[in-house]
Amino acid sequence: MKKEEALFKYLLRLADDSLILGHRLSEWCSKAPFIEEDLALTNISLDMIGRTEALLTYAAVVEGKNQTADDLAYRRPEQNYYNHLLCEQPNGDFAFTIARQLFQSTFEFFLYSELLKSKDETLAAIASKSIKEIKYHLQHASDWTIRLGDGTEESKIRMQKAVNELWMFTGELFEMDEIENALLKSAFAVDLVPIKIQWQNKIQQILTEATLIVPEDDYMQTGGRNGIHSEYLGHLLCEMQYLQRAYPDAKW
Amino acid sequence: MGKDTQLNIWEVFIQSKSGLPYIHAGSIHASDEKMAMQNARDTYTRRGEGTSIWVVPSSCITASNPGDSEMLFDPSNDKIYRHPTFYVMPEGATNI
Amino acid sequence: MADEIKFQKRVDNGEYIEAKDEMPEEYRRHLIRQISQHAHSEVIGMQPEGNWITRAPSLRAKQILLAKIQDEGGHGLYLYSATETLGISRDELIKQLHSGKAKYSNIFNYPALNWADIGAIGWLVDGAAIVNQVSLQRTSYGPYARAMVRICKEESFHQRQGYEIMAKMMSGTKEQKEMAQDAMNRWWWPALMMFGPHDTNSPHSSNAVKWKIKRETNDELRQKFIDKTIPQAELIGLKVPDNNVKWNAKTNHYEIGEINWDEFHKVINGHGPCNKQRMNHHKKYHEEGIWVREAAEAYSKKKLERESLIQA
Repeated sequence: MKKEEALFKYLLRLADDSLILGHRLSEWCSKAPFIEEDLALTNISLDMIGRTEALLTYAAVVEGKNQTADDLAYRRPEQNYYNHLLCEQPNGDFAFTIARQLFQSTFEFFLYSELLKSKDETLAAIASKSIKEIKYHLQHASDWTIRLGDGTEESKIRMQKAVNELWMFTGELFEMDEIENALLKSAFAVDLVPIKIQWQNKIQQILTEATLIVPEDDYMQTGGRNGIHSEYLGHLLCEMQYLQRAYPDAKW
Repeated sequence: MGKDTQLNIWEVFIQSKSGLPYIHAGSIHASDEKMAMQNARDTYTRRGEGTSIWVVPSSCITASNPGDSEMLFDPSNDKIYRHPTFYVMPEGATNI
Repeated sequence: MADEIKFQKRVDNGEYIEAKDEMPEEYRRHLIRQISQHAHSEVIGMQPEGNWITRAPSLRAKQILLAKIQDEGGHGLYLYSATETLGISRDELIKQLHSGKAKYSNIFNYPALNWADIGAIGWLVDGAAIVNQVSLQRTSYGPYARAMVRICKEESFHQRQGYEIMAKMMSGTKEQKEMAQDAMNRWWWPALMMFGPHDTNSPHSSNAVKWKIKRETNDELRQKFIDKTIPQAELIGLKVPDNNVKWNAKTNHYEIGEINWDEFHKVINGHGPCNKQRMNHHKKYHEEGIWVREAAEAYSKKKLERESLIQA
């Protein structure tokens, strides 16, 4: 695989995570437990969609086929989406959304901390803007994990259930394949092996403070990185891409 | 359904630029100080309005009573000697 | 009575009334009704626009729309805060909304059916709201006036983004133009109704004007909106859905046909296309949030108890 091709795919992976999770968070709009939290979730969503725009704009340049960021977001079929399965899982209740945020934000925190040092200058620049936002997302998610875990009996049950149910999507976060290994050699991408340990330690620390139990590693569901998704993604894209697909000649 | 909770009220003060005073921006609801800080940030600094935030539980603020305002504030009206313009400077004095 | 005269004098002098100041009970009640209705409108208004967030057609459009709806939520929040200074809690205000005692703007009982509706809502609905809000920056109750100043500052982008969508669609494909005109046809009259009944039929107006809660009358505000909006429609080729529109060179105002007040009253009384849907949505998510709010309170209580144990 050529380096450009690998970098293109790597950028799509990063972008798709933030686009799909940002989209999921946007579904919370007007549905949060109280109005302040509505604003908070929207802010996180906005950060992620903004990051997507930067990543896809760069991806389009790397690809060199005269596509725009919007073409990549709105005209790409499901099997060419490479986000983690974790990000596309439906919102569920507030605990479920928080658990999903906690796992992904913790992962992104360590990932983007390393991407700051990427030899690819554009990627490093995007990382340096994103890491500030991600720190806040992680703070938000861990505070809520602790509140819900150590809140009422009901919230503890819901939070533990969310953690348990989402656990099987966390193995995929640390998979390395030939694309990532090739980019790692040129110091463009990040080695996920040490990040896995950092992630586990951080999650352990937060769940413990939240008086929750860290699930055992059991079966791990994977596939997102290769375009094999859960049934949920197709529906999400149907909605997201509707106008662009129904009116292909229109400019919006 | 029992009594609903919308969490407690906190007053938010924002400093718009380093060195300037903190100004009351409004209030938000939150259950603890960390949440209050985040909610204040998400509510009142979405357009770069702030460099620093104070949050205070509303219940901790004591406000003067309008009925006391004559007693409290009128007496200072005639203490003009507290203002520099009260003093007569000799003609030609500079840097004072 | 002496107090009321004193109060009226303060208002007439252009003083702002603050939360702890003495005020006639009817003034307080009027404010609670008006500000909370305004707050509920902002919050319920998140729903029709929210209907298009997941279908916004570009990354730019998605961010703009999200930021705009977030602003509406923020404005609801500022206004709830202003209402709370009058001694009523947010819990109570939400209860009044759910019981039907408190109202919200009729306009949000109409559906957002195509993407141009997002343009029409920003341009016409926010445009109408802004006319009203600019005037309210000088309302006599301090906390309300201050909230309005902040809101007006933030709202200024809302109307522009709506008009931008309309203009873009009017210079787009045939289907886009049709969508834009369709949205115009459906939102024009409800937007005019947002200013409320004619002054001669407005039950709450007289005290509100005397107390400077309301600074201009319904008809004055509506005329301002009509005068600035019709040329904007014409500029981008949208037809105003009213055959009686004409410019009156003597008065320097546009004249329009008669508003359908039967429809207005029908929607106010619960028979608009989305009244039920909007209220059910709000109740559903309010109730689904109860366990979260309880958990947050329980956690904070535990934490305070632990801290006091450590100190003891």
